[in-house]
Amino acid sequence: MADETTTPRAPEGAAPTGGPGGPRGPRTGGPGGPGGRKFFRRKKVCKFCTEKIDAIPYRDVRLLQQFVAERGKIVPRRLTGVCTTHQRRLTKAIKQARNIALLPFAARY
Amino acid sequence: MERFYEVMFIVRPDTQDEEVDKLIAGFEATVTNGGGAVRSTEKLGRRKLAYMVRKFNEGNYILMTIDADGVLVHELERRLRVSEPVIKFITVRMDEEQKRLDKVRAIRATRKKLSAQPVPAPPVEAAEAPAEATPASA
Repeated sequence: MADETTTPRAPEGAAPTGGPGGPRGPRTGGPGGPGGRKFFRRKKVCKFCTEKIDAIPYRDVRLLQQFVAERGKIVPRRLTGVCTTHQRRLTKAIKQARNIALLPFAARY
Repeated sequence: MERFYEVMFIVRPDTQDEEVDKLIAGFEATVTNGGGAVRSTEKLGRRKLAYMVRKFNEGNYILMTIDADGVLVHELERRLRVSEPVIKFITVRMDEEQKRLDKVRAIRATRKKLSAQPVPAPPVEAAEAPAEATPASA
């Protein structure tokens, strides 16, 4: 689980000049996402920061489902644009929800 | 130092309502006898489970908020684990989270008053103000 959060950072740090959006430095969802894209993807805003949602309860399945992929996997924050603190809280809530069978661990089909 | 917890547990779908009520009453008695207090009990009703638990696809969800200390929660969990109709449970500690939420809300409340009258702001507010001053004033 720790690997998933660190690996997106590594390519951004490793290719500062050669990667897309080069000298601008690592940004959320910019160079980390599409490989070889020259232009900047427009900056995604964190849904929780804009709506000022403080607490992310594990009971709120509908909110959590927006950040869970079809197969039940947690969507990385470079795709959803969530900020780090909220992504951490979101992950905790999703894992709690999975434990209480509100969300699946792995969904098939 | 009062801690409070949220306990959510799932009861088998084939249990009758009176049995469910008896169960809940039993757990509430455990809490009160152990020196805690039950804040609220909510029956979230029957829901489809995200995966099969003990060969069931549905379950009766019940949410209890209790004021208790660690020893009592340990005892309550032991009872939940042992009781046959309960198929899953989770206990989440909520007091730290609540403290943080109250702090954030208090800061927000003082920030709103800041716009009404000039008050020297502590550094936390000053750091948050430029980022969130526009939505607060809007």
